[in-house]
Amino acid sequence: MSKTDSNDKRLLTTATYGGGLSFDGDESAATADSYTQTQTKNSIWTVAALVVAGIVCLPLLSVIWLAFFPEENIWPHLYKTVLSTYVLNTIILMFGVAVGTLVIGTGCAWLVTHHEFPGRKLFNWALLLPFAVPAYVIAYVYTDLLEFAGPVQTLLRDAFGWQLASDYYFPSIRTLPGAIIMMVLVLYPYVYLLSRAAFLEQSASIAEAARSLGVSRRARIFKVAFPMARPAIVVGLSLVMMETLNDYGTVDYFAVRTLSAGLYDVWLGMNNLGGGAQIATLLLIFVMVLIGLEKSSRRNQQNFQPMSSRFRPTERSRLQKYWALGASTFCAIPVVLGFIIPAWVLCSYTISYFEESWNASFWQSALHSIGLSAVAAITAIAVGILLSYSKRLHPTRNVRWSVGLASLGYAVPGAVLAIGIIIPFAAFDNTVDALAERFFGVSTGLLLSGTVFALVFAYTVRFLAMAYGAINSSMQKISPHMDDAARSLGHSPGTILRKVHLPLVRGGILTAGLVVFVDCMKELPATLVLRPFNFDTLATQVYQFASDELLGQSAIYALLIVLVGLVPVILLSTRIDRSRELSDESRF
Amino acid sequence: MWLLMRMIRITICIKSGKLEDFANMKTRIIAALACSTILGTLLSTNAFSAESVNVYSYRQPFLIAPIFDSFTKQTGIKVNTVFAKKGLVERLKSEGKNSPADLLLTSDFNTINAAIDADVVEAVTSDVLSVNIPAQFRDPDGLWFGLTNRARLIVVSKERMTQNRPETYEDLADPTYKGKICTRSGKHNYMVALTASVIAHAGQDAARKWLSGVKDNLARKPQGNDRAQVKAISQGECDIAIINSYYMGKMLADDKQIAWANSVDLIFPNQADRGTHMNISGVVLTKSAGNKSNAIKLMEYLSSADAQKIYAEVNYEYPINKSVSPSELVQSWGDFTYDTLPLTQVSKYRNDASRLADEVNYDY
Repeated sequence: MSKTDSNDKRLLTTATYGGGLSFDGDESAATADSYTQTQTKNSIWTVAALVVAGIVCLPLLSVIWLAFFPEENIWPHLYKTVLSTYVLNTIILMFGVAVGTLVIGTGCAWLVTHHEFPGRKLFNWALLLPFAVPAYVIAYVYTDLLEFAGPVQTLLRDAFGWQLASDYYFPSIRTLPGAIIMMVLVLYPYVYLLSRAAFLEQSASIAEAARSLGVSRRARIFKVAFPMARPAIVVGLSLVMMETLNDYGTVDYFAVRTLSAGLYDVWLGMNNLGGGAQIATLLLIFVMVLIGLEKSSRRNQQNFQPMSSRFRPTERSRLQKYWALGASTFCAIPVVLGFIIPAWVLCSYTISYFEESWNASFWQSALHSIGLSAVAAITAIAVGILLSYSKRLHPTRNVRWSVGLASLGYAVPGAVLAIGIIIPFAAFDNTVDALAERFFGVSTGLLLSGTVFALVFAYTVRFLAMAYGAINSSMQKISPHMDDAARSLGHSPGTILRKVHLPLVRGGILTAGLVVFVDCMKELPATLVLRPFNFDTLATQVYQFASDELLGQSAIYALLIVLVGLVPVILLSTRIDRSRELSDESRF
Repeated sequence: MWLLMRMIRITICIKSGKLEDFANMKTRIIAALACSTILGTLLSTNAFSAESVNVYSYRQPFLIAPIFDSFTKQTGIKVNTVFAKKGLVERLKSEGKNSPADLLLTSDFNTINAAIDADVVEAVTSDVLSVNIPAQFRDPDGLWFGLTNRARLIVVSKERMTQNRPETYEDLADPTYKGKICTRSGKHNYMVALTASVIAHAGQDAARKWLSGVKDNLARKPQGNDRAQVKAISQGECDIAIINSYYMGKMLADDKQIAWANSVDLIFPNQADRGTHMNISGVVLTKSAGNKSNAIKLMEYLSSADAQKIYAEVNYEYPINKSVSPSELVQSWGDFTYDTLPLTQVSKYRNDASRLADEVNYDY
């Protein structure tokens, strides 16, 4: 590999990871860690972190454990019949969603960072809006719009005088391609955000250097800029594909037989819990492959340095006439399809069903959703603080590993998580009950199973990685000298956390809280199975109504989920134009 | 592992930027909100009144809510429910003897069997139940009780199927109906039960041939519930569907769906031979039942003339209690011969039926 290459690599990694959003502080953390590592190795913090991480890993471990004890071996049957369909559908779905999000995400990011065209400023943040729409909601909305009795086909029939479905061809939305399109529309913002940040971090001088070497315009894009942004794009794509693997609501509604649909069938249709757990383990293998791919895509990109002061932002070139129109259209399509149309449909349904839906049960589910999500967000924050602070104090191998394991919950599909939680919780409850009865003669009953606690636990496990990530990256920006100074003044680690770190990382805490909160509001599969008596959330109500072909009644619930989801998007949008400055200021 | 975390960290940071300014105020608001709601949440779900009965229900809340309401009004006993379409037997099984559930309400017979297999069911002896429910619709040992009957019907388009209508389930596999049939997923309990009844009557091989024949006649990939199939007929996507009888009444009672129901004619299949396939919705008492006497009161109430009338009039099901007649609408469909093979004989083939659906790739 030539020298230029490795220089580029360095620049590129700097651009992506050392830059303004400084999401990765592992390297600087290593320095920070070395200062504090002199403390005793096994403080109470380490023990607490290990215990908490162990508890958080429990569902995952119990799924893997269950996989060893199936009721009967389902694989010969599955292999002979539907396994290939499940796997193939899953792979096609993931591949299709990856390609779609790649084209839309990087395409829009390139346009808004490198070109000037009508509406650019608007699209800059509006492209994030579909983030607020859960995949199952968009699936319900488009089915309603595009089915035979929906407004689109009715209009076509009126216009052309057709009568029956057999008179003309209209593609069905409830298919694998339909599912791909739905997921692309709500997931592309991951790729957009990450690649946009990467493009912004690329110095104009690189493009100029390339131009001076006679590289054509097209080659500058595809041979220089895109490869440089590749790590960021790959990260975005991995997240997109994990979300795709997790999805159950959309594939169930569209009758697409993927592995997660198969898992449900084996577990509940065939009453084979172990078999279900085996499919779950297969899903985890998919996730591991994704992580491996992500890792290998940047194997040679270590040792980056903060970028030099020669950085110059790229100047945006003004697009002319048709090109400008084309760019505006290209950016408008995902926003219109992914946000404006669904939001409009939901609003109009909410209005026409308002009297029917605006009742106590709506308020109660809203209260449940908000209360539950808030509690889960706070729990996730608390655990996130504990884990990241313990790691800061004692970055031993054990702590690092357990923190890593604890974060894996993000990759576990909600349905799998539900299995993984029911079993150990019930086992715990029944053991405690048996012990209490034996020694004290009282029955404690079920302490955890079927309570709100089980739900809060599920949400915490599922979204801990998000909370931990946000808090940890904020904490790593705090100079280790602060810790040392405070220690030299005789404060204990606990006091330092309270007086020094917490006030400094409150931004990270808020971020973590918001993201976890919104994701909990959307969570469906685990909520359905784990919830207590008389307990509905917004998401379960949407699912119940919509799966009964009653979209109108579900609209108000879905709309509230979208509105709440808008909060972080709006906060983010107000920031996104300032991210340039942000990146400069945090480059130390 | 590390990379995963790193990836997530990256998204978070990018997702959110830095929001320090908001932090103080917002966290306090969230904390206050949480404290107030967690109390409310916990209290509303866990503080059961002394007189209550806890039900895990596979039946939709709006189907059974009116009956529970009237039970509470009469007895003062509160009914708490968890509704889910999937997973309740599994939950009962893992919660074991400490499960809070007293009753399990199912929407089909397979689920009753699954609960019995999971060993979470306790036998009940009640004179009221024995009088109200005919012997063929309850377990001789009192493990399960049927509450309502539903017929699995064929519906055909009024407009497009004026002649050569199918008369039996077997007819549906006839190639003359190629591209005309719509059904829900072949793995759904209602379809599995029908396939199981075909296995019980004709054997595994004949059933496989039948199911694969029906599959070849499908107009579209199986999707949606029974209601969605009638809607598809009204929209011209297909001409023939298989549905449970009460869906018809439900659609006729709904302003928006009445047009779907009016586009089809009902056919009670197999009148010349074994009769129409029936399924029951039922109830079982759980082994863990803590409110046993209240639970049995509710079971008895569900089989009483009062409740059966609601089942008949509001849900358009066939009441199991012979003293109550079906709703006028359902009566207008006429008497019919139904399959009298005991459901236990049918249900033992449910796993085979589910596998057949995989083998012929019914849901493709």
